[in-house]
Amino acid sequence: MGNVLVWAVWFLAAGGCLASGVAVVSLTNPFFSALALIGNLASLAVLYLLLAAEFLAAAQVLVYAGAVMVMFLFVVAYLGGKADAPWVGGPPLLRTAAVVAASALLVEVVVVLGLAWGDELSAPAEVADGFGSPASIGELFLTDHLLAFEITSIVLLVAAIGGVVLGTAREREEAA
Amino acid sequence: MDGPDVGWYLIVAAILFGIGSLGVMLRRSPLIVLLSLEIMLNAGSLTLIAFARQQGSLDGQVFALAVMAVAAAEVAIGLGLIVAMARREMPLDVDRASTLRG
Repeated sequence: MGNVLVWAVWFLAAGGCLASGVAVVSLTNPFFSALALIGNLASLAVLYLLLAAEFLAAAQVLVYAGAVMVMFLFVVAYLGGKADAPWVGGPPLLRTAAVVAASALLVEVVVVLGLAWGDELSAPAEVADGFGSPASIGELFLTDHLLAFEITSIVLLVAAIGGVVLGTAREREEAA
Repeated sequence: MDGPDVGWYLIVAAILFGIGSLGVMLRRSPLIVLLSLEIMLNAGSLTLIAFARQQGSLDGQVFALAVMAVAAAEVAIGLGLIVAMARREMPLDVDRASTLRG
C-alpha cells in the first residue's frame, strides 16, 4: 500500500514539475514565469524527498523558492512594463534548429537510459536512515569536501560584490 | 526503494533539461532565459541526487548543493546585468545585445 502512495506522490510531483517547466518557458509575462518556476522548484523538492535528500529539499525551498525567486520578483517589479517578453521569433531556421537540438538531447538521454535499464538502474543501494540528513551532509562538507565548501563561499562573495557593482554602474558614470 | 526506479527520475530530469534548453534557445527576453537556465541547472541537480540515491553515496548531494550555490551566484550577476541594461535604456532582448562596449 505504501508503494502505491509513493508512486502517486511521484506522479503528482513529476507532472507538476514538467507542467510548470513548460509554463516557465511559454508564458509571456516574466512575473507569471517566475511564479511557475517557484512551483517547479517546490515539486522538485518533493522529488528530492523521495530520493532521501531531506536537507537538499529544505535548502531548495529556502534558497531557491525563497531567496532567489524573491530577488527575481523584485527585479521584475522594478522593470515594470519593460520586462514583458512577447514571443518575437528569430529566423525560422534558428527556431527549427533549437527544437531539433533540444529533442536530440532528449532522445540521446532516453536511449542511453533504455540501454542501461534493468541492469544497475533497477538495483538501488540500501541506505541508512540518516542518509541525506543535515548531519551527514554537514560532516561531508567539513571533512571530504572542505575545499569545495570554501571555494563556494568565495564564489558567492564575488557574485554578491559583482551584483552590487553592476547595479550601481550608472551613478559612477554620472559622477565621472 | 518503495517508489519508482532511479531511471524514472532520470527521464524526468532529461525532459526538464530539454524544456530548459528550448527556453534558452527560443526566448529573447534575458529574464526568461535566466529562468530557463535555472530549470536546466535543476535538472542536473536532480540527476546528481538520483545517482547519489542509487549509489548510496552522499557525494552527489554535496555536489548538488554546490550547484545550488553557483545558481544563486549566477542569478545575482544575471539580474545585475539586466538591471544595468534597463538603466541604459537598452532593449531587453538577448539577440540585440550583441556588442561588447564599455
